[in-house]
Order: sequence, then structure tokens, then C-alpha cells
Amino acid sequence: MKIIVCIKQVPDTTEVRIDPVKGTLIRDGVPSIMNPDDKAGLEAALRLKDEIGAHVSVISMGPRQADAVLREALAMGANAAYLLSDSAFSGADTWATSSTLAAAIEKLEYDLIITGRQAIDGDTAQVGPEIAEHLGIPHISYCEDLRIEGDEVIVKRQFEDRYQILSARLPVLITALGELNEPRYMTPGGIFDAYRESEVIVWTRDDLTVNTANIGLKGSPTRVAKTEAKSVKQPGTKIETGVDESVQYVIDKLKEKYLL
Amino acid sequence: MTINEKAVFVFAEQVDNRITPVTFELIGKARELAAQLDSQVVALLPGYQVGSLVSELVAYGAEVVLLADHVELEHYRTEPYTQVLSQTIEKFQPEIVLIGATTIGRDLAPRVAGRVHTGLTADCTALEIEEETSRFLMTRPAFGGNLMATIVCPEHRPAMATVRPGVMIKRIPDDNAAAQIIPFEGTITENEMYTTIQEVLKKGVSKQDIQDARIIVAGGRGMRNAEGFAMLKDLADVLGGVVASSRAAVDAGLQDKSRQVGQTGKTVRPILYIACGISGAIQHLAGMEESDFIIAINSDTTAPIFNVADVGIVGDALKIVPKLTEAIRSERGL
Amino acid sequence: MEFNLSKEHLMAKQLFHDFAVKEVEPWAEETDEFHRFPWEVVHKMQDVGLLGIPFPKELGGQGCDTLAYILAVEEISKVCGTSGVILSAHTSLAADAIFLHGNDEQKEKFLRPLIDGRKLGSFALTEAEAGTDAAGQQTKAVRDGDEWLINGSKIFITNAQVADTYIVFAMTDKAAGTRGISAFIIENGTPGFTFGPPEKKMGIRGSSTCELIFENCRIPIGNLLGREGKGFGIAMSTLDGGRIGIAAQALGIAEGALEKTVQYVKERKQFNSPIAKFQNTQFVLAHMKTEIEAARWLVYNAAILKDSRKPFATEAAMAKLKASQMAVAVTNECVQLHGGYGYIQSFHVERMMRDAKITEIYEGTSEVMKMVISASLLR
Repeated sequence: MKIIVCIKQVPDTTEVRIDPVKGTLIRDGVPSIMNPDDKAGLEAALRLKDEIGAHVSVISMGPRQADAVLREALAMGANAAYLLSDSAFSGADTWATSSTLAAAIEKLEYDLIITGRQAIDGDTAQVGPEIAEHLGIPHISYCEDLRIEGDEVIVKRQFEDRYQILSARLPVLITALGELNEPRYMTPGGIFDAYRESEVIVWTRDDLTVNTANIGLKGSPTRVAKTEAKSVKQPGTKIETGVDESVQYVIDKLKEKYLL
Repeated sequence: MTINEKAVFVFAEQVDNRITPVTFELIGKARELAAQLDSQVVALLPGYQVGSLVSELVAYGAEVVLLADHVELEHYRTEPYTQVLSQTIEKFQPEIVLIGATTIGRDLAPRVAGRVHTGLTADCTALEIEEETSRFLMTRPAFGGNLMATIVCPEHRPAMATVRPGVMIKRIPDDNAAAQIIPFEGTITENEMYTTIQEVLKKGVSKQDIQDARIIVAGGRGMRNAEGFAMLKDLADVLGGVVASSRAAVDAGLQDKSRQVGQTGKTVRPILYIACGISGAIQHLAGMEESDFIIAINSDTTAPIFNVADVGIVGDALKIVPKLTEAIRSERGL
Repeated sequence: MEFNLSKEHLMAKQLFHDFAVKEVEPWAEETDEFHRFPWEVVHKMQDVGLLGIPFPKELGGQGCDTLAYILAVEEISKVCGTSGVILSAHTSLAADAIFLHGNDEQKEKFLRPLIDGRKLGSFALTEAEAGTDAAGQQTKAVRDGDEWLINGSKIFITNAQVADTYIVFAMTDKAAGTRGISAFIIENGTPGFTFGPPEKKMGIRGSSTCELIFENCRIPIGNLLGREGKGFGIAMSTLDGGRIGIAAQALGIAEGALEKTVQYVKERKQFNSPIAKFQNTQFVLAHMKTEIEAARWLVYNAAILKDSRKPFATEAAMAKLKASQMAVAVTNECVQLHGGYGYIQSFHVERMMRDAKITEIYEGTSEVMKMVISASLLR
């Protein structure tokens, strides 16, 4: 069984801070990590590798330094790693990203493709399903549990108030939730092998068969018009009044913040 | 009658014959956008035997309802719903398509956007059409919520957006409103992208880890006893959150250690943290001061918790909390 | 030449850091408060391959190097001094002794289970009358047919009782002085091999430190480690490597204390200001940071020399001397910067201060380190 896992290197957004003077994001010194949902997807693939001897390839689209998350994946046990890196790919929205990844996937054999549900920087949750659309295969998102039965995958798919147990004939693309599992640690030996024994294959634009009109900034139907850091926390308000007035004050504040 | 050019489509999500509330919020917003575009709001309602839901959509502002009533659409599956939406889009060429950012919406929208080759913006919290340029601006949180990004879709149509529930404002329902009902005339074909629903399992109440919770209601020594904490549980339930506690309450045996927030407990970063009867000693603050929005209720005006609270209420939590719960309950119509 | 860790060492350090925070730190306080051996931590270390980091894959190890192993001791010691020494004594002393001096049969039988995560090791040299004067061994080993008969006792042995495999030194020929000492491998459960109760200590309280008691304990001749009479040399050379581990433990403890202190001084307010704004606080922090960095490169350098198969005993002694003295000074200052809270268990630094002290004493006191270093100068 051949599994492809798409992973992304992202800044650890829980560590990002806002410059109180400039109102901008402080990205310096923010560690880069493997996107958590992707890591859970990779762990799911590695468990299938342990159980049924599946072959696990990981792919990432990103700048050269994304090499680090691919090495991490190798250190966890992935068999092969591919980095799609080219200035032609940059500035991509989810359409262009998914087109690029799909083009790379088409060069490999696959029975199952796993992506994380969403990345903690883009937060769109769109790339996985769009890849499946480009490839013409079914996708199942919000996967909380999965198993293989013959030539089908059986998925526990999460909704707000229920689960569906869905089945689909392979090849299928799954988007994994962080809750899917507890990813394994790398081993020290795995890390040394990942850097000293293994290779990360780098594919540039010329290695992929894909329409230029579908990649990078030029291939992106959406553009970012502007960004603004979330406003810095102002000192709070404090009131001392009757019970009913206090309750109303809280209700008003919750509504202001769209928490109610 | 047909559908106007530059219509604003809203995907009317229904589950088990009940319209998901975000749909009404989107219709409300869509009416504003459609007014600026001098066009109309079309609600697209896929389902099986859902004709009775049409009037509700109309009452909340849909000017046209495109009804796709077909047995294949009884329970949500990506492919049949994608076929309905994409065929509808191809036929009627709307300007904008809005879908609620629910687990269904965020599954369906990218598939549709992929099929019709257009731009999709996820989990929007603001939508507007810029006066001077007529650009459709879609604003959404990124970078784990640290950044607000405004996205545009300059050339491709429709501009698609999934919209966060609980943000847009629904209109006041008008039972006298009238609308056009158009039946879906496309075809739904089983193909290799179909999935099969084997089983549907309803969820029970989950025992959530406080570190995963988006809303936390925490209690300290000021909540006194089990009754006090029961009040917090009611408040948490009505907000859809979980109960946590300071060390003092854990030490007093009022809460399990797994719910302890602080230096020697857990660190949490919910979007809402309500601290009730918690003084805010440095050990506790260390565990919760990164919460997005902090409300503190304490009878001692000098309590350090007020230094980190966005909203500080000086008062008796034992009196305020039950009333707050009631007020929220009635706001939510529960 | 670069004073930087390679990508693989950096990634390994990150792994150890994440592991320490997630799997070790939650147990640190309880381990100390109840003098409790942290089995949960040890089992997790076994699962992730942390008990065999510098040993070859062919023998069941991770195939990394001493430097990578040192980084693990450092990161783990940042959150728990006890867990750091458990790892260090097992790897540098017990496992390395067999790796360096064992025959193939012994490596297969005793080393493999130690380094592939199944068993824990311990090293027993110290006796009631033989501490710094390590040559004064009174434990005796007498050849009896195809067995050795061991009698005597050892004290202050780390990982005693919990370990499966013990490297034990004993006198085989009293007249020959240091050339009459031999090394043996003795397994827990061997008849005649028992333990005294665990010591209650100032620090590293979860580390199981007990007396080993040998009463007519019989072991097969195959359990002689290295050649008869070569035991003292084996002990000394093994301890050279062990010192790098302890230096890393001291380094980690100091770093852990500094980290907690930096966080504290930013939050603690007095006179309407975080105390981080006061110059005294800033100057003390600056001094501690500099001391830590100075020690760091001594430690890493000793590890790199060992990996390059170059002589490293002096460098290891310097690393341990510096790092241990630094850790004692730094943790003391960290408690002071915490004020009253520094004396309180839940703020951790008092535990780190108590943990740091032992690094100036075991595996060769600071005085012994000075003997080693001065000897290298005065040769």
C-alpha cells in the first residue's frame, strides 16, 4: 500500500507575539514546526506502515528551509521525502498550492493521500479537498479515525453534533484532525539517519507537469489585499455596581466580542 | 422569472430537516451585499423532502430559493452536494457565493471552488463591498488568530467565501415576505468520487480536556463549595464551555486536579476565560493570562486578577453567576 | 571550524527538549517530594530510544554520538535533575563500560538489552572506605572453579535496586594494589546480591541510591569485564566519560533554573514595576547567562573530543569542575532572585539548588577534577 502525506512547515503561531508599538506581528525567533494536523496525518500513515507495511512518502511545498520538516518526517519513519521548491510556486493561494501539490502527487503512485485539515498559519482547510478535486478522487475531511479494509478506507468523520462512518474505495484523500492520534516522537537515530543517510528530493517547476496559469501568485484566484495584526490587549474596564447591572454589562461585552 | 446577474448565493445548510442558524446570518449579510450590487439573494437548499424549510428561508430574507430536493441529498455527502452547487453556479453565474464555515461548509466549499475554478476565502468574519473600487473584501483571521487578512478575488467568479457562524447578523423574520421558488434542474450522478455513509452516530456530552476548550469558566476559593461550582457548570453549559479551577479549589477537594489552571496545573488559552471568585495569584495568572478575553468576577476590588481581566466585575460571584447564566440562556433562546 | 551544532544535533536537541517538557517535567516535583523513582519517565525514555543514544545500531543503539547523548542529559536535567542522572549513570558508566571493555559475548548478552531499551544499568565503585581514595577497594572477588565469589559492599550507588545490570569493582589481588582490582558484571537477582534501603538525600531525591551487599555471591567467570587486574583502569577511563554526563547534568540544571527565573522576574512586581527592570536583577541574570555559556562549550568540547577518539580526560574534568561549580552558584542566585517564593517547592528553583550540589561531588569531587587537570599541566 502506498501512502502520500502532505505536510507543511509553519511558524508556531502559539508563540507569535504582537509588537505593542507598531501593531505588527513579531515573527523573529518564532520557531518553525510541522503543522500539527499534518503531523497527526503522518502518524496515521506511519501506523499503517507499522501494521501492514505501507510505504510512506511525504511531500511539502515551501522554501528551502522546509527541508527541516521533511527530515523530521523521515526521522519519524517516512520512507521518502519530496520538497517542491521554486520561486514560481510562491505567493500561491489554496487553488495554486493544491494544483502544484496535485501535479507532484501525479508523478508518484498512491492508494491513500493524507493531508492535515488546516494549517495553523493559513487556517483555510481548503488545500486537501482541492487536491482531491484536481486528482478526481473522493475526499473525506475531519477524519477522527481511519482504517483500511481491503480496497476501501473506513473513516469516522466528525460533524458538530454527530459522526458519520464513511467508506470509500481507494484511492482516497483524507484530511486529518489533530485529535486523530498522538504522534510518535522521532528517535535520535532516526534524526541522524534523516540527515546523514537519507535524501530529500527537490522538485522545481520544471520537474512538474502543470499549467503555469495554475501556480504561484499569478495562478491564484485570490489575493491578499491587506493584513493587520490583531489589536493589542488594552487595559480592561472594571465596574462595581448592582448584580443586574453587572450581568447586563457582561452580556453587552460578550456580544461586542461576538462571543454571544 | 430568472435569477438576476451578479446574484449573491447562500448555501442553505440543513441537517435532519433543520436549517443551521448560520444560514440565516448569511442571508442577512447577503441582502446587504446584494443591495449594493443591485441584485438579489438566492438561497440554495439541497436536501430530501425539505420543501417545508423554504418559508423560513424566505422569512429571513431569501428572495429566490433554489430547491434541490432529491433522495441522494438526504444526508450530506461531499460529491452529490458538490454536483448540485457547481451545476447551479455554472448555470446561473452568481457574483458571490456564501457558505457557513461549519464542518459541512468547510468540506463542501473547497470542492466546489475546485470544480468551478474560482477563489475561496475561508472562515470570514467580515464581508464588504468597497465603495470606491467595488472590490468585494473578505476579512478573516489567520496566523492562529493573530492576524486579520483581507482577501480579494479580482477576476474569478463567483467569489466564494465560507463565513464564521455567530458573526453576521440575521434579519428580523418577515412572515409576509414572498419569493420565487426554482427547482434544481441539473442531474446528480454517482461517480468514482462518491463515498458511502455506513452509519451515523450522535454525539454525547464529551469530557473535554480544559486545554482544548475554547470557553472556560473557572472558579476559585470564592465559589466556596460544590454548590458554587455547580453554578459554574450551568454557566459553562449554556456557553458551550468547560469548568476549570484554581489550585485553591483543587486543594479544597472541590475539583479534580485535571481541571487545575496555573503554575502547577495546566496552561490554557481559550477565547473566553471567566474567572469567578479567583483572586489571581501569580501562580494562577501564569496559566491563563494568554486567554483572548478575560472576564473576572471577584468581591475584592484589589484582587490581582483584575490586572489581567479585560472586563472586571467587582461583586459576589455567587449572586452574579446564576443571573448571568439565566440572561445568556434567554439571549440564546434556550 | 564552527562553534555550532549541526542540523542533526539541533534537531535531536529539540526532540530532547520536547520530550523533557512533555514526559519528564510533569513528574519532577512528585519525584523530588516523595523520593520516588520516576519509572514513567524511564519507560518513556526506553520507548524513544534515549537509553542507547551513542551506541551503534548493530548493537541495538541509536547510532548517534556522545554529543547527541550529552544534549539529551542537558535537556532532561533542565526539568529534572533526578532523571538526568538516571540517564547519565546508565549510559556513560554502565553501558559504556561494557561497550569499551566487554567481549562480543558480553556485549550481546549484557550491553544490547541496556541500550535497546529493555534494561537499566548501574556502576558500583564507591565503598564506605573508598570514595576519593577509590583504590582502597575492600570488596573481594575470589576465583572458585568456573565462578567468581564476591564478598563486600558498595555505597551510594546510583540506580541501585532499579537496575538489572551492575558493573562492580572488586579486589582480586590485594598485594598488587591498583593492579589487583578487577571489574565484573553482576545481575540483579543473583543469589547473595542484596541491597540496603534507599538513602534520603539533599537532592536528586528520586534517584535510587543504595548500598549493594554481596555475601558469597557467585557469578560465572564469563562475567569478568576486561582482564583480571585491569579493573582500576577500566573504572578511571569509564569515569572520564561519565564526567561529561555529569557536566551536562549540571549545565542543564543551571539552565532550567535560569529559565524559571527569567520568567519569574518578568511577572513579579514590586514598587510598581516588574523586578526585571531593576539593574541588580539584570546584572545578576547577565552574569549567570555568561557563566552558563562558558560552561556549555567546555562540556560540548569534551564530548566532541571523545567522539573524535582524541584524549579527553582533562577536558572532561574541566567541564565537570566548571559546570558543577557554576550550577551551584547559579541555582543559589536564582533562588535569591525569587525572594521568598524561591524557598517554596512549587517554584522549582529550590529543588534545582538542592539537585545541583551533588554534581560537585559524585563521579569524582571537584578536588579530584583539580588533581586531574593540574596533573596534565605538570606532566
